[in-house]
Amino acid sequence: MKRLLILILLLPAVAFAVEDEYRLVIKDHKFEPAELTVPAGKKIKLQVQNKDATPEEFESHSLNREKIIGANSSAVIYIGPLNAGTYKYFGEFNEATAQGVIIAK
Amino acid sequence: MFSTVIIVFREALEAALIISIIAAATRSLPGNKRWILAGLLAGLLGAGLVAAATDVIANLADGVGPELFNAAILGTAVLMLAWHNIWMAIHGAELAQHAHQVGANIREGRSECSVLLMVVGLAVLREGSETVLFLYGIATSSGIASMLFGGAIGLIAAVVLGYILYEGLVKVPLRWFFKATSALVLLLAAGLASQAAKFLIQADVLPSLGDPLWDSSALISQQGVLGTLLHGLIGYDARPAGLQVLFYIVVVAAISIGMQFTKHKKEILSQSKEKLDHEVLSKSN
Repeated sequence: MKRLLILILLLPAVAFAVEDEYRLVIKDHKFEPAELTVPAGKKIKLQVQNKDATPEEFESHSLNREKIIGANSSAVIYIGPLNAGTYKYFGEFNEATAQGVIIAK
Repeated sequence: MFSTVIIVFREALEAALIISIIAAATRSLPGNKRWILAGLLAGLLGAGLVAAATDVIANLADGVGPELFNAAILGTAVLMLAWHNIWMAIHGAELAQHAHQVGANIREGRSECSVLLMVVGLAVLREGSETVLFLYGIATSSGIASMLFGGAIGLIAAVVLGYILYEGLVKVPLRWFFKATSALVLLLAAGLASQAAKFLIQADVLPSLGDPLWDSSALISQQGVLGTLLHGLIGYDARPAGLQVLFYIVVVAAISIGMQFTKHKKEILSQSKEKLDHEVLSKSN
């Protein structure tokens, strides 16, 4: 019964497994590109690469996401499907400079 | 410098609130402070190890290793808190009445103690490993002094708030004490389950079921003082996904039913024991 429930819950994840992939790069505590346009209504796979020598935390209140990206390494963050609009994010460990937006169209 | 204080404060506060609630809820358990201290130390050690293994964990499971790791830690903590609450539903009253003579239950008391050690350890491990990584970054970019100073102030502020909560809780009259602490532990567990759900969505393991289900950030911002406190205490989320709310409700329902069931069973047991004693008495007469 429990297994069946998990299977049913997992079905949508499997059915929509094809997602668009986008890249963000962190360098000198800044995101590049600082403005990323993605399609609305689709699941997005974000590849975030940190080229700095210190860890960073990708955080977004509007996207409801937070993830630490180690120094000189990269991480995967799944977002969406998003409604059309602008979503702010920032690097929590260097909030003064690490700012960016994702625009869903 | 100021941002260092804020970030360390936020991370430490979640762990401090959990420790305060656990410390208050188990205050009638002999030796609870020693177990909590042991959990704290184990958690700090674990936090250092996890921080050092960041890159290894990051590359597990196609890049969603950290999410699965966090969800597993949170899930374990939820199970432990559930076990604690159900155990307390049976033994809480006895403990309060015979605070200094729980000899008969010492074996069960010990497993309850190891459960509380686990919860404290896991809370410190999770929040602590993030803090270690952050402070490492600060130390390399703005110097060790700034890291130590900001980190210390943030930590002290969190500990003070946790202590205030503890003092407030132990002043609750005994009549309401178990109800109050078990309600807090229940909501704490549900909040952690909701956070686990969030990680499973982020890892694309489970569907969000509506993201977000609502947005109350204009009402209570999660970044504000109230929002931060509510997040740490009862798992408040200004923009929760549907799955988070589902996990929250399921955990509240499951623990409540578990507590009711064990309480009920205990009453039946003690009733039938009384009846038996009565029969034995009347026979011997």
